[in-house]
Amino acid sequence: MFTAQEYARPATLAEAYALNQRRGNTIIGGGGWLRMGRQRFHTLIDLSGLGLDNIKEEDGRFTLGAMVTLRQMELDRGLAGAFGPLFVDMAKHIVGIQFRNRATLGGSLAARFGFSDVLTCLLALDCEVELAGAGTVPLPRYAQMPYDRDVLARVILHKNGRRAAYESTLITHTDIPVLTCAASALGDSLRVVIGARPGRASALDGLSLADGPERAAQAAREYFSFGSNMRASAQYRRHLAGVLAARAVRRLQEVNP
Amino acid sequence: MNITVTINGTRHTGEVLPDLPLLDFLRGQGCLSVKRGCETSNCGLCTVWLDGAPVLSCGVLAVQADGRAITTLEGLQEEAAQFGAFLADEGGEQCGFCAPGLIMTVLAMARELDDPGEDEIRAYLAGNLCRCSGYQSQLRAIQKYLAWRKEER
Repeated sequence: MFTAQEYARPATLAEAYALNQRRGNTIIGGGGWLRMGRQRFHTLIDLSGLGLDNIKEEDGRFTLGAMVTLRQMELDRGLAGAFGPLFVDMAKHIVGIQFRNRATLGGSLAARFGFSDVLTCLLALDCEVELAGAGTVPLPRYAQMPYDRDVLARVILHKNGRRAAYESTLITHTDIPVLTCAASALGDSLRVVIGARPGRASALDGLSLADGPERAAQAAREYFSFGSNMRASAQYRRHLAGVLAARAVRRLQEVNP
Repeated sequence: MNITVTINGTRHTGEVLPDLPLLDFLRGQGCLSVKRGCETSNCGLCTVWLDGAPVLSCGVLAVQADGRAITTLEGLQEEAAQFGAFLADEGGEQCGFCAPGLIMTVLAMARELDDPGEDEIRAYLAGNLCRCSGYQSQLRAIQKYLAWRKEER
């Protein structure tokens, strides 16, 4: 469990950004992952006073505040209408409903954990993040950026007809995933994302949906790099990447052959 | 920091450290149904409702609950006893340590989901671990409780 000396609930994003520039301060998000460490913080910055806890749909895009919970994403009718069961599939293995009622989108993305279901899922869609300092940054670039002291305020998710399917493998239900995979298609253009490699999720674009699941599986096995940890070997992850990519592509084809 | 929360309908004000988990604050206020389990946000034992939604009180800071309404098992005695009777009938309460968290989640589910099937029940309860029951007896108790509740309405 971490320790902290102060707690702040800033009234503006600018104030949150200024507070976060001090080393030793941290944004708390839902607090679920933070509490797993033993760090000593000076000030915990709570963004819950900034109105960043809602999902808005307008002008062909969704805007999701950083304090939107994973449970909100699972239950949001607008997201379900646009992307079917994608966000349910993404979230359903993440600990339990009680955890997902607190875990935030912003916390999940800003940490850019290798095992993040959220990062894998959103990389399959067309997203940008709004940062208090750096402004709007495409999610694939943000995913690769080194950690800094900027504040993630919102995620913009374009509703452009892209469809996606999500797959993951876990040793036990509610554990951290061994491998995550999302496949998405815009017309015939197919994208495969693999995460928990165990490094950060990354995307492979330029595939064709018409080439079918086995071609996607082969591409996933060949393109991505994999590593070993206590959950799986690199060799097994490479094998799983093909299996999950093929499953995700089959699901995309079933919806719109 | 000074916080004011409503616990089971009663306002409480207290001075808390910024890193005090809600779990410890609630136990300090006499809510001893809130049990300390894994403390890694995994087991579901410390489940309480925050503004009506089930959360893990080991993973929420007391300062984050400032101004909000908390419900613990102490505030749901009648319903807890009703469901507890089904747990007992089905052999779903063995060592009993997980029961407070399980009951809090089941009662939240009963409010949130309309006539859930087995898969929905299993998904909703995935965050409540039990070392004794193997979950089958709990599942039977939940299904029978929900059916009884539907008839009662």
